[in-house]
Amino acid sequence: MSLFNVFDVSGTALHAQTLRLNTTASNMANANTASSSIDKTYRARHPVFAPMLDAFDEPQTGVGVQVLGIVESNAPLKKEFNPNHPLADKEGYINLPNVNVAEEMANMISASRSYQSNIEIMNSAKQMLLRTISLGQ
Amino acid sequence: MRFSFEKVFGVHEPALHTQSRRAQLLAANIANADTPKYKARDIDFNAALEMAMQHPKGHQPLQATNLRHIQPPGYHYGYEVLYRHPQQAAIDGNTVETETEMSEFTENSVRYMASLRFLGGKLQSLQAAIKGQ
Repeated sequence: MSLFNVFDVSGTALHAQTLRLNTTASNMANANTASSSIDKTYRARHPVFAPMLDAFDEPQTGVGVQVLGIVESNAPLKKEFNPNHPLADKEGYINLPNVNVAEEMANMISASRSYQSNIEIMNSAKQMLLRTISLGQ
Repeated sequence: MRFSFEKVFGVHEPALHTQSRRAQLLAANIANADTPKYKARDIDFNAALEMAMQHPKGHQPLQATNLRHIQPPGYHYGYEVLYRHPQQAAIDGNTVETETEMSEFTENSVRYMASLRFLGGKLQSLQAAIKGQ
């Protein structure tokens, strides 16, 4: 019964979107975490999505989403002149993370919308299955 | 009089099969709405339904012993899974348009419910005939 697979497929999407929300939350929380050295500065993290394709997989059924990994952004870090900051280096600069707050907000909204539509799909699939079970009664 | 369930159920049973497979494909499209390079897929419902009526058990796949063995198109259910033409593809190569997929999914599930209702009606009339009341 392929309707049961809808739950698997949408479930993987829920998992992936949750992870995306998680990284967004982490990025937003650390958006202003200053650091004295470049190596120790927080960098924006983003998950990488990919379809769950398998060499032996039947190409005719739907495929779910998998998270290949989480990558750190390569965008340049922000340097701020703030000699009074306790973490300032010898020249008086502190390093701030390369988190783009506007981008993170857009990411958050996109992730929560996708989560919602997947929940809706699961709900309709549940309705369809329940009606199938009660067939002939 | 000879009786067969296929005759009683008619088009509704293969229709249910095809609709539930289509539901899975559309759910996969929506699940991959944010996956780069994912191409939205769908089936030609008329062709698939015709195929399901002609071959209710589906086609048997060719036996593959090597990864590079290629199956003929549409080998499993007898129809091909096609790619959707997007109105406006995303810059990351994704062709899923959530609105289109949601409306197609909803329409498909309404049609599924309708097929179920028809099947339920057939079953009820069979039950009435059996009881003779």
